[in-house]
Amino acid sequence: GAMELPPSHFPAARAAAVAVGYLRYLRGGPGRRLELRELRRARRQDIDDVGHKYYLELELEDVLDNDRTVSCTAEVLYHLGSKTSAPDVQVTVQGELRSTEEADKEFYNRIRSLEKELVAENIPDSHGNIPPELEPIHLLAWVASGYVIWQNSTENTKLHLAQVKHVKQVKRSDEDLQFDYVVLLHEMVSQEVLPWEVSVLWHPQRGARVRRCHGPGAAR
Amino acid sequence: LQVDLWQPSSPFHIVEGTVADVRVPQNTTRSLLPYLQQANIQYTILISDLQQAIENQTGMRSHRNRRSLSEYNYEVYHSLEEIEDWMHYLNRTYSDLVHMFSVGKSYEGRPLYVLKLGKRSRPYKKAVWMDCGIHAREWIGPAFCQWFVKEALQTYQTDPDMRKMLTQLYFYIMPVFNVDGYSFSWTNDRFWRKTRSKNMRFHCHGVDANRNWKVKWCDEGASLHPCDDTYCGPFPESEPEVKAVAHFLRKHRKQIKAYLSFHAYAQMLLYPYSYKYATIPNFNCVESAAYNAVNALQSAYGVRYRYGPASSTLYVSSGSSMDWAYKNGIPYAFAFELRDTGHFGFLLPEMLIKPTCTETMLAVKNITLHLLKKCN
Repeated sequence: GAMELPPSHFPAARAAAVAVGYLRYLRGGPGRRLELRELRRARRQDIDDVGHKYYLELELEDVLDNDRTVSCTAEVLYHLGSKTSAPDVQVTVQGELRSTEEADKEFYNRIRSLEKELVAENIPDSHGNIPPELEPIHLLAWVASGYVIWQNSTENTKLHLAQVKHVKQVKRSDEDLQFDYVVLLHEMVSQEVLPWEVSVLWHPQRGARVRRCHGPGAAR
Repeated sequence: LQVDLWQPSSPFHIVEGTVADVRVPQNTTRSLLPYLQQANIQYTILISDLQQAIENQTGMRSHRNRRSLSEYNYEVYHSLEEIEDWMHYLNRTYSDLVHMFSVGKSYEGRPLYVLKLGKRSRPYKKAVWMDCGIHAREWIGPAFCQWFVKEALQTYQTDPDMRKMLTQLYFYIMPVFNVDGYSFSWTNDRFWRKTRSKNMRFHCHGVDANRNWKVKWCDEGASLHPCDDTYCGPFPESEPEVKAVAHFLRKHRKQIKAYLSFHAYAQMLLYPYSYKYATIPNFNCVESAAYNAVNALQSAYGVRYRYGPASSTLYVSSGSSMDWAYKNGIPYAFAFELRDTGHFGFLLPEMLIKPTCTETMLAVKNITLHLLKKCN
């Protein structure tokens, strides 16, 4: 059976971070910012020869929709010997997220109409500033990082996007936008801040897809 | 003859009947003015000594900054030099409430300054110790320490709680613990964490100043590798900064009733133990203090903090200042992890300094007032 975990303790919090990273990858975008407001409930089941499975009830907020509350349930399975495989994650969102169609289209058209490919660095800068026109690029970095965080988390890690070190748009002949990021990820337990290269495609209807990612030590 | 054209923006716009303003070096006037007279062009000297005019203007402004508590901007991040100047200024200007002193020197030779705050109302007073910036990249920490001092000085006459605090207690505030690291995070690497001590064998610098204390030193949650960000050091108190503060706290251990250390980020209020999963002897008093502090904090803007023992709430770590302070007999030892929970992380924008500090003040005042009451 599954045993109840205190939501304020770190094992549940780490599993929640993986679930949120996964959800950001699937449902985030340049016009949508999802934050974890509260972990309401957590249970853990130890499955012999398989791994540890966490059952979570999460309260998120859709920040750009006036911090509207979004309830979710999630399952995070860390495989035994999890150094070699990503956790299995399932997330169910209760209700509908507000559509970001307009903002997405506007961002898409703005980038497509740029004469020179977009290049930027240090988002946010040392003092936490983000120029407003780069905010969607920042949010897209969180989407791409969500993938990296999901793929590279274990029960002994907690990853966050510390900063976009560098981003370069790569013009494509098809309909997708491509951004090649160098992101700095902060790992809470070891306290290391390490660079990851993530190349991501994005399209208003198709959403985000990570093409390639490469980090120190592990390449997935 | 060359002139610096101040008005209009381009020579193309200079036409008969319009005004043109030019700036020339002093010696050029000897040839320019006769030329204008000869050409029958009217002129007026608007500024006869530009250098002097500029000096008057900027002299006045920095004069104001240096000499006024309310002119120092507490809503921006300040460099180490600015913070030290600020401390010197307070020491001179508020000598009845502030005493600045040094507990030692950093690895790179910088002074380790501490401010002692409080009214000299009675011969023996209990004290609270607060340090910020043990970890270099956590800039909101030093920002809060400065904010606390500002609040204390600005409100102790009008706010009964603050007056009570400064009358009955002394506050030792160390705005920047890790001065070398903090400076390095401004000049070289914004995400630097450790001190800047050199390592003999490896090409890596620095020790995690919150793993270097003599309490279960370098056990779980710390690293023996000099290149790691949680490196515990070659031995406990190897870092001069840690050794200096430990020496001061040991010397004053009977006087100091609370140890507060400010870090970022996670939005947590932590108490011992970090190095093991166990309940502290005075759990009831400490837990209720934390519970009330977190509620007080939340009352400002609704921001939620988690609270509990560090080992189960954040992670297991050994050699931390909080655990050491507790082991040394300081009954209330807390570590704050300030805003946020990861969206900005270490790069908390300056516009969030004020709300973060405002809410944290409520928690600190709450803990302090709790301290003044009896608890068993």
